[in-house]
Amino acid sequence: MSVNTFVPSPSGTLYGVVLNDQSSIERMGAGLREAPYKAEPKAPILYIKPANTRSESGATIILPPAADRVEIGATLGVIIGRPAYRLSLDDAAQAVAGYLPVADLSLPHSSYYRPAIREKCFDGSCVLGAPVPAQHVADPSALVLRTRINGAHAQDFPLSSLLRKVPELLHDVTEFMTLSTGDVLLVGVLWQAATARAGDRVEVEAEGLGQIAFTIGAQAQEAA
Amino acid sequence: MKRGRIYLNGAVHEVTPDGDSRVKLADGRSLDEREVHWLPPVEPGTIFALGLNYADHARELAFKPPETPLVFLKGPNSLVGHRALTPRPASAEYMHYECELAVVIGKTARNVRQEDAYGYIAGYTVANDYAIRDYLENYYRPNLRVKNRDACTPIGPWLVDAADIPDPMDLALSTSVNGKVTQRGTTRDMVFSVPWLVEYLSSIMTLSPGDIILTGTPEGLANVVAGDEVITEIEGIGRLVNTLADDRHPVTSAA
Repeated sequence: MSVNTFVPSPSGTLYGVVLNDQSSIERMGAGLREAPYKAEPKAPILYIKPANTRSESGATIILPPAADRVEIGATLGVIIGRPAYRLSLDDAAQAVAGYLPVADLSLPHSSYYRPAIREKCFDGSCVLGAPVPAQHVADPSALVLRTRINGAHAQDFPLSSLLRKVPELLHDVTEFMTLSTGDVLLVGVLWQAATARAGDRVEVEAEGLGQIAFTIGAQAQEAA
Repeated sequence: MKRGRIYLNGAVHEVTPDGDSRVKLADGRSLDEREVHWLPPVEPGTIFALGLNYADHARELAFKPPETPLVFLKGPNSLVGHRALTPRPASAEYMHYECELAVVIGKTARNVRQEDAYGYIAGYTVANDYAIRDYLENYYRPNLRVKNRDACTPIGPWLVDAADIPDPMDLALSTSVNGKVTQRGTTRDMVFSVPWLVEYLSSIMTLSPGDIILTGTPEGLANVVAGDEVITEIEGIGRLVNTLADDRHPVTSAA
């Protein structure tokens, strides 16, 4: 059997999910049952990283005015290879064309009540690595995303801690919406992930997935 | 000028109105507007939507009008053209329409001031931003399961040039269900105006041509069910027809 290693360009819509790992849920704790949330989440908690947030390894990402820290949400992006709606758990893997390392940057925010547009949608705030064909990643849950800041180890995110692994996440997301070829689904970011400041050099990598590197830049002087 | 997009005989065409009930192709052909397949009038970039942006509607939902805008994003899967069918989950108790003025960005916008905002707008269209309240959860609310379902945001039929709408902040909106008017309002009652929103969003991020801002809806929500014909209309912009279909019987024919 020939191995098809074609991966569609991850040029579609970037969807992400929060609170998809055991440690994030544990750290939020009883707060999930209190106002404003009032109940633990049922469906995956999704957000969109719009087109202006796309950037590539090697980029310098300028923080918004008045922001002095940014959370480095190291994560795995799942590249959709065929239109996917109401996937069964058994079929979910068939819809995956590839994976890529992603750094989903967010301004720190403690509340998940309202969509975090200001915090998550500034220009360049989604750094995408190079796609890896799905066949080359035997088990995405075995990946550990490592974040280094200025060369020093900052955080590990073992995807074995995901509450919804890739098949369950695809099943639950496509229950109510279609993921199209080239769309990317980010599998989760740690609650209160490691933070970087202007001038810091950041690397995110996972064995078998490759590496991305970028720099956090200072706010440019506004034209008078 | 009003421009629409249709699918005809294996190709996408731009059309203009030919009287009230017909559309004209570039080659002069004139077709009954009920017999063409309408597409969203623009290829969407980023789709923004506003919640609670009319004071009366915020009261209706028992919210204080917000001090900062409640903005959420939608994916392109949510859009569908004029005269399309929108699937209504049979098991949902409460699905409601939302008649909204949709603003289409015409040029790259970054840190635009309110007083300059209209120069960055290509035009306007009508959107019906359906919501299914059964699926509301208090995380990134309104969550995507409520607001980002396939074909649950009809938009169109026309993109109306900004130059043809001297004051988008003074337009009557209405919704009718099976011919009975259920929602009435005016864009004068927006909490955050169109120019204010362009300034606000462009201060957070760069806006690009084709980005769409759905500016919120006034009071007058009601549940709608499969078979209902829902018409959302904005003065001078257009009249957007949508019909709800039982999601257990998905559309399988091209007719």
